[in-house]
Amino acid sequence: MSSHQNSKIPQSLANELFSPLPKSRQLFTYLMNAIALAFTFIALIPLLSILWEIIARGISGLKLEMFVNPVIDFGFGNAILGTATIVTIAALLSVPVGIFTGIFLAEFGRTHPAANFVRFITNILTGVPSIIVGVFAYSIIVLVTKQFSAIAGGFALATIMLPVIVLTTEEALKLVPTDQRLASAALGGNRLQTTFRIVVTAALPAITTGILLAIARASGETAPLVVTALFSLDWSEGLLSPTASLPVLIYNLYNDPDPQKHQLVWTSSIVLLGLVLFVSIISRLVTRKRKIK
Amino acid sequence: MKNSANSPYNNSLPLNDKNIELIAKDGIKGWFDQGFTWLVYTFTAMTVAMLFVMSWIIFKEARPAIAKFGIEFLWGKDWDVGNEVFGALPYIYGTLVSSAIAILFAFPVGLAVALVTSENFLPVSIQTTLAFVVQLIAAIPSVIIGLWGIFIFIPALEPLQKWIAKYFSWIPIFNTTDPFGTNMLTAGIILAIMILPTIAAISRDVLLAIPKELRSASMALGSTRWETIFRVLLPAGFSGIVSAAMLALGRALGETMAVTMVIGNSAQISASLLDPAYTIPSVIANEFAEAERGLHIGALTYLGLVLFGVTLFVNFGAVVLVEWVGKKNR
Repeated sequence: MSSHQNSKIPQSLANELFSPLPKSRQLFTYLMNAIALAFTFIALIPLLSILWEIIARGISGLKLEMFVNPVIDFGFGNAILGTATIVTIAALLSVPVGIFTGIFLAEFGRTHPAANFVRFITNILTGVPSIIVGVFAYSIIVLVTKQFSAIAGGFALATIMLPVIVLTTEEALKLVPTDQRLASAALGGNRLQTTFRIVVTAALPAITTGILLAIARASGETAPLVVTALFSLDWSEGLLSPTASLPVLIYNLYNDPDPQKHQLVWTSSIVLLGLVLFVSIISRLVTRKRKIK
Repeated sequence: MKNSANSPYNNSLPLNDKNIELIAKDGIKGWFDQGFTWLVYTFTAMTVAMLFVMSWIIFKEARPAIAKFGIEFLWGKDWDVGNEVFGALPYIYGTLVSSAIAILFAFPVGLAVALVTSENFLPVSIQTTLAFVVQLIAAIPSVIIGLWGIFIFIPALEPLQKWIAKYFSWIPIFNTTDPFGTNMLTAGIILAIMILPTIAAISRDVLLAIPKELRSASMALGSTRWETIFRVLLPAGFSGIVSAAMLALGRALGETMAVTMVIGNSAQISASLLDPAYTIPSVIANEFAEAERGLHIGALTYLGLVLFGVTLFVNFGAVVLVEWVGKKNR
């Protein structure tokens, strides 16, 4: 690196002055460039491979009747309905609690002594393993109702969605300028009116995006459902009975020797992956546009 | 700032974001505000209570097993459901080793992605697209990654693993005759793929937050780009990058479905990474729904409690580090 300082022969000194960097430093730069770009390329391979293989293996089986038949008739209608039911229950439970906690953090939190504590707990809640959430929901609901059920599954997913909704709501509300709150207060609005008519309304698109992201994440969760909602091959008998869902369908049937069921696994993967990626891409694009403004 | 909470009409305070209180004090509006405030407090308390109730419930359900096995559960090696003998060591070992392998693979790759997408290697539009695409990996459901792992990744990797086992079996970590694709190494790599976006995204944010002046100063002193990265940027962002790795570790420890599908689910402790293993989340997912109430459920929940404790500790550390970095940068 400092070889040019030690060189005594004028000719080589001249050579080195013309080349911007000594060989070793130049080599190091090229080597590290190559490593970094190669690693980045490697990082993309799994994603591309997953997309390609799922589509290639699943598309041939994609038929309309699959959406209306239950698993015993080689469809995934009951799993789609089950996922929709469980996620709806989860959203009904987590959205109000999450939005109000987000309001607490963004609107009350600036002066409230407990705000940092609440934010800290929410962050910790984000990292709780999903299987632990499943065990929690099992203990608190399945043991009480003595039934694996959509409600228990919904409760588990609500616990997973809650911190996501809290944090995205807080971020969304913080983007609303303080001037708008002051303007509302100056016109005689109280805190309830200011929060709901002005702040939440302005932040509504961003909050919706956060909720959609949470729903997308929850629809792909398998582990908590395996110990709470379980699975059923046929249409579910009600909210308090075992309910099928797309992720659990894939997990339960991926080793099934029956080729028709095996095809079902790949085809339902297209539906699940398509759903989850579509929501993620759309909501991320929307939030990114907002940030640029 | 604290003053203003008590006396919103104090005009001597400068009006800034921190000290406005828009609350109505009396009249019917005051009642509405009181009710609204309490509603917000109630829901917030529910969010906070969630974590504590969860800890308590998990602890309560694990109590039969804690009473029976005590702390020895942690280094018991046998797991015999029929005779009600339960020991956690093979699962703890599998969880820790698979996560360690995951970090080992994901850290350099994640950091490389963070560097490529934050420094000026590529045009900005390509940078943001790359960062966005890598982020999409995080959105793929775990069970689909597991499906890909078992039907596409394992067949692709198996010849390589067989070759390694044939010629390098004198190294203890490869000492397996004729390895089958489902093993600790495969699970570690699958986990690495899943935690990569976490490391890449957080490290990228950390690197982007480092002031431009530091880069310029280093370059002005004659450093090349990589000398700047190694001597200025990485040390400046060190704590942030470490916390990114810790958050990713927390994810890896708790990851269930993909690991269950590719790790082979065999409760043994083997030095060889080409042998099947088992993890805490996997055994819970496999046995919990069919377990008898009593000692079996208790033992599984006890395992859950151990995992809960470890991930809480790791996440706690990461969150504290992130907040500390945030304060330092402000």
